[in-house]
Amino acid sequence: MATHLFGDTAVLTGRSLRHITRSPDTIITTALMPIAMMLLFVYVFGGAIDTGSASYVNYLLPGILLITIASGVAYTAFRLFTDLQSGIFERFQSLPIARSGVLWGHVLTSLVANLISLVIVVGVALLMGFRTGAGVAAWLAVAGILVLFTLAVTWLAVVAGLSAKSVDGASAFSYPLIFLPFLSSAFVPTETMPGPVRAFAENQPVTSIVNTIRALFAEQPVGSDIWIALAWCVGLLLAAYAFAVALYRRKIS
Amino acid sequence: MAMTTQSVIQVQGLEKSYKELKVLRGVDFDVRRGTIFALLGSNGAGKTTVVRILSTLLRADAGTATVNGFDVATQPDKVRESFSLTGQFAAVDEILSGRENLVLVAKLRHLDEPGKIADELLARFSLTEAGGRRVATYSGGMRRRLDIAMSLIGNPPVIFLDEPTTGLDPQARIEVWNSVKELAEHGTTVLLTTQYLDEAEKLADRIAILHQGHIIVNGTLAELKQLLPPAKVEYVEKQPTLEDVFLTLVGTDK
Ligand SMILES: Nc1ncnc2c1ncn2[C@@H]1O[C@H](COP(=O)(O)OP(=O)(O)OP(=O)(O)O)[C@@H](O)[C@H]1O
Ligand SMILES: [Mg+2]
Repeated sequence: MATHLFGDTAVLTGRSLRHITRSPDTIITTALMPIAMMLLFVYVFGGAIDTGSASYVNYLLPGILLITIASGVAYTAFRLFTDLQSGIFERFQSLPIARSGVLWGHVLTSLVANLISLVIVVGVALLMGFRTGAGVAAWLAVAGILVLFTLAVTWLAVVAGLSAKSVDGASAFSYPLIFLPFLSSAFVPTETMPGPVRAFAENQPVTSIVNTIRALFAEQPVGSDIWIALAWCVGLLLAAYAFAVALYRRKIS
Repeated sequence: MAMTTQSVIQVQGLEKSYKELKVLRGVDFDVRRGTIFALLGSNGAGKTTVVRILSTLLRADAGTATVNGFDVATQPDKVRESFSLTGQFAAVDEILSGRENLVLVAKLRHLDEPGKIADELLARFSLTEAGGRRVATYSGGMRRRLDIAMSLIGNPPVIFLDEPTTGLDPQARIEVWNSVKELAEHGTTVLLTTQYLDEAEKLADRIAILHQGHIIVNGTLAELKQLLPPAKVEYVEKQPTLEDVFLTLVGTDK
């Protein structure tokens, strides 16, 4: 069966990408909420926030990118849940295919959809005055971290999609993910937060990821943040992947 | 041994419980190559459970089942290459068009010329015109026809049809019946479940009734009719229909 894994995954990815092109609103909606937040924070609250950096949109963008991904993967859980409900999932299971291809199709689709949303959000940020002198290597590093983060939360979305009992349940897992950047260095420097909140903010994954991306865009040294960020992403990815695969095995055997 | 090599589906001592609910309590039957076998049973008798076990979607608690000579528990990959399933509820992709659904399955079955296969099936199931439309716009009957068409892709030697004609209008039912008969004539082995006794009467070479976890009868239509006492035949002054046989055997416990 393994011989078919790539072919079957390609076919199944093509199928769910087609779902996205048929309802492009999912990508727009994914991009819209973070864009609205960006407008709100830059033009309404931004004036009152002192980040110590010259441009608030430069400061804000990394966190907004993570929020974009967190809201985008909710659709992955939704699409997987819909497949389970509609019976098409069982049809796939009854075909002589590489069975993990069913999950990989959704995961790769998530990656593509989120990258498109991210490009849209970065485009809007540029219009709002976001500027960076980052070179190709720094951009690639940013893209790499965002891809890793997307994969990690996508596998979380797979867990949610496989275990949900209702459509709302399938996407509810993304709410805490969307909220997490608010308790991080994404919007305001953590130094301004009261003790316990600050301790949480400085030790949760979003802060290290945001700081790394911010440093890469500002052409500053990333320090140890990048290693903490990578450790979080890879750790989360492996844990979510293992959990999702175990859940899937139980579901289909 | 000649008999057993002819059996394409063999089920022995199959048991399955959902928590404390014992659905199958030792189910046995054989289906010979190229025949149509109908599994009858009331709602909740366990017909779908049997079909799901045979199609490797569910594990039995006890007993064995083979499809095309392969054990469903130990050789599920081989089994999946041998059958195709039309489940009780249409399993189609609503967002894709009818044609795209067929192409998708043909590709997943690793066949050449998926487009050509799709067009042939669309024509065969009177869906050519609707083929380019999203399935979400299809009527229940069209959806069911597409669902069955998807199951015929790749000509697997065994076909499972779980209540294939539920919700179809009389004409569509006859179309499906004709397709099923045609399949059997070409050597495909068909296991179908149904609530419609006339469907079993018209189509099946053998009929089995699943009741309270067991197969309580298994035979040809003629054999089943002999199970009724002749007095009943005289009283109604006509041949008992399968419905009479069914209701007598299943009794009044419902
Ligand atoms: N996943 C499940 N969990 C718990 N109980 C189940 C599950 N699937 C089926 N059952 C129960 O097992 C029994 C048999 O179900 P099954 O679907 O096999 O019956 P059926 O003969 O196909 O019925 P129908 O004619 O209504 O389709 C029913 O009582 C049903 O409620
Ligand atoms: Mg059923």
